[in-house]
Amino acid sequence: MSTSPKLKSKIPDGTLENKWTKYRSTVPLVNPANKRSIEIIVVGSGLAGSSAAATLAELGYKVKVFCFQDSPRRAHSIAAQGGINAAKNYQNDGDSVYRLFYDTIKGGDYRAREANVHRLAEVSGNIIDQCVAQGVPFAREYGGTLSNRSFGGTQVQRTFYAAGQTGQQLLLGAYTALQRQVGMGAVSMYARHEMLDVVVIDGKARGIIARDLTTGKLERHFGHAVLLCTGGYGNVFFLSTNAMGSNVTAAWKAHRKGAFFANPCFTQIHTTCIPVSGDHQSKLTLMSESLRNDGRIWVPKKQNDTRPATQIPEEERDYYLERRYPAFGNLVPRDVASRAAKERCDAGYGVGTSKMAVYLDYASAIERYGKIEANKQGIHHPSQDEIIKLGKSVVKEKYGNLFDMYKQITGEDPYEVPMRIYPAVHYTMGGLWVDYNLMTTIPGLYALGEANFSDHGANRLGASALMQGLADGYFVIPYTIGEFLSGEIRTKAIPTDHPAFDDAEKSADERVQKLLSIKGTKSVDYFHKRLGKIMWDECGMARNENGLKKAIAEIQQLRAEFWKDVRVPGSSNELNPELEKAGRVADFLELGELMCVDALGRNESCGGHFREEHQTEDGEALRHDDQYAFVAAWEYQADSKWELHKEDLAYENIKIAQRNYK
Amino acid sequence: MTINLKVWRQKNNADKGRLETYVVKDVSPDMSFLEMFDVLNERLITEGKEPIAFDHDCREGICGMCSMFINGRPHGPKQGITTCQLHMRSFNDGDTVVVEPWRAAAFPVIKDLVVNRSAFDRVISAGGFVSVNTGNAKDANNILIPKPDADDAFNAAACIGCGACVAACKNSSAMLFVSAKVSQFALLPQGQVERAERVEKMVAQMDEEGFGNCTNTGACEAECPKSISLENIARMNREYLSAKLLANKK
Ligand SMILES: Cc1cc2nc3c(=O)[nH]c(=O)nc-3n(C[C@H](O)[C@H](O)[C@H](O)COP(=O)(O)OP(=O)(O)OC[C@H]3O[C@@H](n4cnc5c(N)ncnc54)[C@H](O)[C@@H]3O)c2cc1C
Ligand code: SF4
Ligand code: FES
Repeated sequence: MSTSPKLKSKIPDGTLENKWTKYRSTVPLVNPANKRSIEIIVVGSGLAGSSAAATLAELGYKVKVFCFQDSPRRAHSIAAQGGINAAKNYQNDGDSVYRLFYDTIKGGDYRAREANVHRLAEVSGNIIDQCVAQGVPFAREYGGTLSNRSFGGTQVQRTFYAAGQTGQQLLLGAYTALQRQVGMGAVSMYARHEMLDVVVIDGKARGIIARDLTTGKLERHFGHAVLLCTGGYGNVFFLSTNAMGSNVTAAWKAHRKGAFFANPCFTQIHTTCIPVSGDHQSKLTLMSESLRNDGRIWVPKKQNDTRPATQIPEEERDYYLERRYPAFGNLVPRDVASRAAKERCDAGYGVGTSKMAVYLDYASAIERYGKIEANKQGIHHPSQDEIIKLGKSVVKEKYGNLFDMYKQITGEDPYEVPMRIYPAVHYTMGGLWVDYNLMTTIPGLYALGEANFSDHGANRLGASALMQGLADGYFVIPYTIGEFLSGEIRTKAIPTDHPAFDDAEKSADERVQKLLSIKGTKSVDYFHKRLGKIMWDECGMARNENGLKKAIAEIQQLRAEFWKDVRVPGSSNELNPELEKAGRVADFLELGELMCVDALGRNESCGGHFREEHQTEDGEALRHDDQYAFVAAWEYQADSKWELHKEDLAYENIKIAQRNYK
Repeated sequence: MTINLKVWRQKNNADKGRLETYVVKDVSPDMSFLEMFDVLNERLITEGKEPIAFDHDCREGICGMCSMFINGRPHGPKQGITTCQLHMRSFNDGDTVVVEPWRAAAFPVIKDLVVNRSAFDRVISAGGFVSVNTGNAKDANNILIPKPDADDAFNAAACIGCGACVAACKNSSAMLFVSAKVSQFALLPQGQVERAERVEKMVAQMDEEGFGNCTNTGACEAECPKSISLENIARMNREYLSAKLLANKK
């Protein structure tokens, strides 16, 4: 294998520990006077976008920010619950930058770049410092210090959290930093705007076409550089834990203009979600993975057992994660835990009306905490009732809002009966290919946060997406963008009547008009649901050659049907949510195919990508490092036609091994 | 079950708007309120009619985007939840449900149930932050914060910026929203440096946006999906007074 000449990863020289420090001190800078005349477009206001925009504006650049929600504070990052990792070692339990780096590479099943991941681990501590300085109210101990918890795939406590609302508090921190810059006039905010295309001039990204979603008007915006911080594409599956509006449009438009798309088939299925309740289901709700800290997962030992959970005696329960993975137990990484749940349900041990669920049980945690609490409070010989009561209050303190959420949605009380959970699509490790500077294959076009492919390999560890989004925005891009922009200080703002803007606007407009003119018989959701089903069945938790081939044919056919028969009501010059959805689903219909193509090409199992043909005797994922230790970066050529470029992954600091959580 | 909906339809800001009636059949109690709207919209589209525009995104009660005024109450009949968290099991077969947008001068209607809440962003821009540039921070555990203070600050910070407080208030006051942010920072050591300036600027912006005065009716607290407490308003009033006193002394 050798890396394609089109993929220059620009990993700096030096030892792993010194690469970033050295690079940061030598990367070309833009002086303050020049910064004032450089304009940067940031698409997306989630953790990655808000943190990048605020920081770049602080440095003196002129920044424009776009998001499709009515306020930047509503970006999907707001929904993250569980926490954010950082190698602070505040718990004195042996954590270090190296350990976080190691856990991330291993958790990613050896499909991430060493240098990027090490940098991520290095800046992780700064993120916590920055957030605390902003007033982010993290959970604290009685002594006033920060509190930590553990998360799947690790054996140390390095996760910082703010009850079950970590993403919200971190995003509000970044949002307030952003609004401060808006107030000072350094950032112009364009909420309720959707980017519909990138404008490329002389091979460099120089702006975007955006639609004002309130008036429907198409707008042209110039930038010396464009940052896509537009999140993940999990909604290709229709049902996912992502917000309803999360989409791939920005990344996909960039892809069609020349940005390579990397590892599209690496999607993460989260273990602890509330199961589907019926056809009306519009999205799935995640229960934070932190619940696996204290909850025990089980199914009945008997197939098709219809007894209520509380009537199944202890010895007739199969705690299958503890049984299969004694070392990590309920805390194995997500991909492993999700597949194990699917395996049990497929084998007929599932619970609930749909039989597509397993139990997440808090009874023993309540008892355990109750005893500890009784001890703390000096209650000798507490009664069982007292213990349970105390235990429930501890659990409430830790997980109360999650328990409330579960009850709200299902109508069942998790303090009394075990929760029913099932895996759901949650996160996409794949994304636009970027180099060490976070630049895509289009010069001047960057991708940050979930929108890029960079740090999580084939599987992301819990609490690491928030870390990556903020690392990219606060601490990486402000430096690395200098490499490109230092060469642009003489570039004057390009007037938006340039032919490239004309062309991009024209094609965006044609597409909008086309969608409205079909006037077919089926709604956008009808197509989206069908696409989702194909993706879930054939490119979900388990994949195989026949299924993927079938899926590719079906998606092509579905796409043709969409463009003939979709019905988009209303007009283009008003607020039109159906039109917005139609554009997004049209892009998903192309992305879905590429995901299957990628999954078909990767003849191994790794992380979230499980090919049934490639498993060990006891059903674990089987990698083929000799052939597939590469990043698959796809170059768009024409409809249904891509060229594969490979970036070799060299492991110089870690011994690559089969993952073992047993 | 069957639900008789009366929904506010308004083509755009210039349109006068009116309630229209829709009968939705086969509603499952497990559906969320917004999923019922999905089903209705799906039907309207196939019938060749305009679907109802409404704001929503996360559908799990955290982004603050959903905003329906249901039977005279923001976010509907249940306490402590957003519109997207409301499930049809909270209604009975045959119920008539009236759905309107947030109504406030500072929140103009864009279309149907969608309003413009950017006034909130401008209030934050006026001072709802700690002025600390990236890179200025010291080690996080150098700032020790007593747990009760941290918890109180967290409770105030839980506000999702949905605007239900404004919609609930007969004066369309934004005091609960603004005071939640003021309180979060007033309670934390990080917020002390700009404490006086912050409250003055945010209140001034709030007034400029056209939000009404607070007359202590408490409707905001009762309807807030995150149970943001009225204590925050009291705290903000104190903060404001002491900021003014301080300014007079100078
Ligand atoms: C329910 C849930 C819980 C999670 N919990 C955790 C957790 O506990 N810990 C953790 O580390 N990770 C968690 N994650 C993952 C993590 O939240 C996300 O990966 C991360 O927040 C993504 O941030 P982002 O900034 O890249 O993108 P997002 O926050 O998704 O922001 C995308 C932005 O792009 C904008 N946008 C998108 N397309 C366009 C367009 N075409 N035009 C204009 N604007 C556009 C949107 O408006 C938005 O502002 C969770 C995810 C989910 C779904
Ligand atoms: S105070 Fe409550 S009602 Fe008002 S915006 Fe915040 S969360 Fe919504
Ligand atoms: S849709 Fe996000 S809070 Fe309701």
